[in-house]
Amino acid sequence: MPVISYIDAVTEAISEEMGRDKSVFVLGEDVGVRGGVFRATNGLIDLYGEDRVLDTPLTESAIVGVGIGAAAYGLRPIAEIQFADFIMPAVNQIVSEAAKMRYRSNGTWQCPMVIRAPYGGGIHGALYHSQSVEALFTGVPGLKIVTPSTPYDVKGLLLSSIRDNDPVLFFEHKKLYRLIKDEVPSEEYTIPLGKADVKREGNDVTVITYGLMVHYTLDAAKKLAEEGIDVHVLDLRTLIPLDKEAVLEATRKTGKVLIVHEDNKTSGFGAEVAAIIAEEAFFDLDAPVSRLCSPDVPSMPYNSKLEKAFMLNPEKIAAAIRELAEL
Amino acid sequence: MKHLELGLTDEQVREMYRYMLLARKVDEKMWLLNRAGKLPFVVSCQGQEATQIGAAYALDRQKDWLCPYYRDLGMVLLFGQTARDQMLSAFAKKDDPNSGGRQMPNHFGDRRYRILSGSSPVTTQMLHAVGIAYAGKVTGEDHVVLTSCGEGSSNQGDWHEALNFAGVHDLPVVFLVENNMYAISVPLSKQLAGENVAARGQGYGMPGIRVDGNDVFQVYEVMKQAVERARKGEGPTLIEAVSYRLTPHSSDDDDLTYRTKEEIEEAKKRDGLFVLETYLDEHQLWTADEKEALSKAIDTEITEAIKFAEAADHPNPEDLSKHVYAG
Repeated sequence: MPVISYIDAVTEAISEEMGRDKSVFVLGEDVGVRGGVFRATNGLIDLYGEDRVLDTPLTESAIVGVGIGAAAYGLRPIAEIQFADFIMPAVNQIVSEAAKMRYRSNGTWQCPMVIRAPYGGGIHGALYHSQSVEALFTGVPGLKIVTPSTPYDVKGLLLSSIRDNDPVLFFEHKKLYRLIKDEVPSEEYTIPLGKADVKREGNDVTVITYGLMVHYTLDAAKKLAEEGIDVHVLDLRTLIPLDKEAVLEATRKTGKVLIVHEDNKTSGFGAEVAAIIAEEAFFDLDAPVSRLCSPDVPSMPYNSKLEKAFMLNPEKIAAAIRELAEL
Repeated sequence: MKHLELGLTDEQVREMYRYMLLARKVDEKMWLLNRAGKLPFVVSCQGQEATQIGAAYALDRQKDWLCPYYRDLGMVLLFGQTARDQMLSAFAKKDDPNSGGRQMPNHFGDRRYRILSGSSPVTTQMLHAVGIAYAGKVTGEDHVVLTSCGEGSSNQGDWHEALNFAGVHDLPVVFLVENNMYAISVPLSKQLAGENVAARGQGYGMPGIRVDGNDVFQVYEVMKQAVERARKGEGPTLIEAVSYRLTPHSSDDDDLTYRTKEEIEEAKKRDGLFVLETYLDEHQLWTADEKEALSKAIDTEITEAIKFAEAADHPNPEDLSKHVYAG
């Protein structure tokens, strides 16, 4: 089986689906001739032509809004927002339009589109090339939100997202683009949205996480195994729809839950996960649910010492797990 | 005679008038129902019917698309919606074709007639129109999209992003700005720094044309040219049709707090509906009996529509959570 990178899995999924389905097209800034600033759409313009790999003006609201119109018409746009930080001008189109199209038209119109956006930090991106923005959208019914952690999951989830009949925000952790390689089947396969994945079986402490933090948690778990702490790692993979059953099952597995995310703590998605556990699995807990998240500062600074202080890492995660294990 | 010069038959002029009158009378009746405490909210088309019918009449009602705004009652009636549809929507009943009673009145959307569902935030629909036009380009269809808004809305970012995008890609969109002199209470002088809206077309690589929005023939004439241009692949056109909003912004507004009765009375003399009625009279395009019969037929249609809508079923509260997502 070919071993490919996280970003190659993005390109492969898009290319395969464009080959299979003529209604799929890509639009965004620099996605055509340049193949994307991260090269996620590299080579697609040669395969599918400039009408289906469209370099747009530098206008995020238009990228999403034009996508919505094309989706309502019957196409399946894949819109790229160059950095998740720049999604803000498009929020009205995403929240007021894409998310509500089906509901407000009583099911007569729909918006089958994917909005891809590289997010996350640890790459010297400073305040505006590092943010995690998922929590801005997780409370908006009508949207689906996907946050894959491995190349295998990227391909399967991206194919599902493109075929989905609702708007999907597909958040790709940019530090993972070339950090992680994985065996990925060259043939097509899908992973259903709304299914979490156990990335490591363990019996002492459960960590519920997603994105880059899956890998940091797995690193921490490896280290803790040497200390005799057996960590169970649940990768949510999609935040909306949330795999509640998997969350509750993982909670019951160990009775001790640590939620880890790179996004800041207050009103982060971990709060929702913790609330669900409190509501539905309180009596299965042996310790209070705890959260390890980035600090409540606007975003991570450029200076490498400050960036390091902001970011979680395997050591910080290991310390939090250890603390919970000892309770 | 003007209409013959434009290639319009006598019958077509009477049809134009019929739809303008239907829009006016439906609108007037909604105000009465609102003041009688039967409808919570009304937002009007009054004063803009000539613009709306003149513009929509130049489209192909079998294949062209509308992305209208909340005053475009005349447009959607001409495209196929009925007085009954409007009353079902005003009473927010289950069979309201726009939204099944979910949206406020005048938030048009009807798949039967290729009218894309709209929202309340202004000018988001201009980008959807561009997307539908782009989809036509990708799929090889030759439809034209008409999208419209008020002059105040032409200051929104999405408006400018839409014109620029359509201009760059020579897309078959007609942008119609229905300049009714007021954005709720704020007059034109405080809305536009430049001389007028039409002048903005130049910056986006398209003709910008200003016409008398009270003259249905003038609007039809420029619209017809714009549609021909669009259909031939020559790109978008911006049309600014100047008229006057004869009612307060909505049933919750008191317009005498910011303009005078005298000003409104003066504007009524130029009312497009009255102008066309006079034209029909002067050129003897109907008999007094025909005129009277038309008015009566519309009254009957509206009375029946109200009766039907009042008696119609409400949406089922059990369906509150329906159509958030597909399936």
